[in-house]
Amino acid sequence: MRITLNGEIIRLENVTNISKLLSSQGYENKMVAIAVNGAFVPRSSYDTHVINDKDEIEIVAPMQGG
Amino acid sequence: MAGNTWNIDNDKFSSRLFLGTAAYPSLEILSQSIKYSKPALVTVSLRRENAAGNGQDFWKIIKQFNIPVLPNTAGCYSAKEAVTTAEMAREVFETNRIKLEVIGDDYTLQPDPYRLLDATEQLINKGFEVYPYMTDDLVLAQRLVDLGCNILMPWGAPIGSGRGLNNIYALKQLRARFPDKILIVDAGLGAPSHAAKAMEIGYDACLLNTAVAKAGDCVLMAKAFSCAIEAGRNAYLAGIINEQERACPSTPLLDKPFWHYE
Repeated sequence: MRITLNGEIIRLENVTNISKLLSSQGYENKMVAIAVNGAFVPRSSYDTHVINDKDEIEIVAPMQGG
Repeated sequence: MAGNTWNIDNDKFSSRLFLGTAAYPSLEILSQSIKYSKPALVTVSLRRENAAGNGQDFWKIIKQFNIPVLPNTAGCYSAKEAVTTAEMAREVFETNRIKLEVIGDDYTLQPDPYRLLDATEQLINKGFEVYPYMTDDLVLAQRLVDLGCNILMPWGAPIGSGRGLNNIYALKQLRARFPDKILIVDAGLGAPSHAAKAMEIGYDACLLNTAVAKAGDCVLMAKAFSCAIEAGRNAYLAGIINEQERACPSTPLLDKPFWHYE
């Protein structure tokens, strides 16, 4: 399966949901929020939200802002 | 000054400075600027995070201050982008507050009034406290209030321009027409005197970033803005005298001594 993660295309194997994506990509225990295909995915859905081929996923974190 | 404390929701503030956290020379200078200006709120944002966790250090610093944060939707051009960003911000920062920016023009970064209204309606329905970054248009303000906004944030001038209050007539009209709403000048301030002027005409607070972050001495400029905002607020409360065309001697002329004798 190939997805776009923060603008970069990556290949995933044995990653079926958001929780597994975060652990496989090194985001465990980080303060982040996620959108899949432009829609917000709440933390409570990470275990159940299924990742599909060609999904576009954004992982964001706090940054400086005005 | 006790008379200058104010509330937003259940938070009580003594400062009327909202300080942006972007574009400082370093996190240390940002930290010192917050420490010495004591803002009521600091604005924050969200950006793509890599696995190295670049945003985590910034957030650790902000959390140390225990100051409420106001996340923004900077960089959004559609209501959909803004709503999704706001939902992500609520989860990360654990606040219903959102500084709603929906940009309509690249050159001026002028907010898009139509998409702003669309996004505001969606976010209020989702339980957000929307702080709309808006132009100084009176009818737009009324529509935002109609949707349920208790706070309005008209621009002084385009973001980062340092021009000050471009249309003071329009800003005064907003103050006069919405006496019970919280009005905050957001964007375009360059000098502390701009902030003082906004406060003198009755605005409740000023939000600024670039004027401090790009100053020669950020920490000193942050303090200067803090003092100017307090001075402007005190002047508003004290009551500023009316302008007039002719002079009016301040020294009593009764019992004047000998000079001016013919």
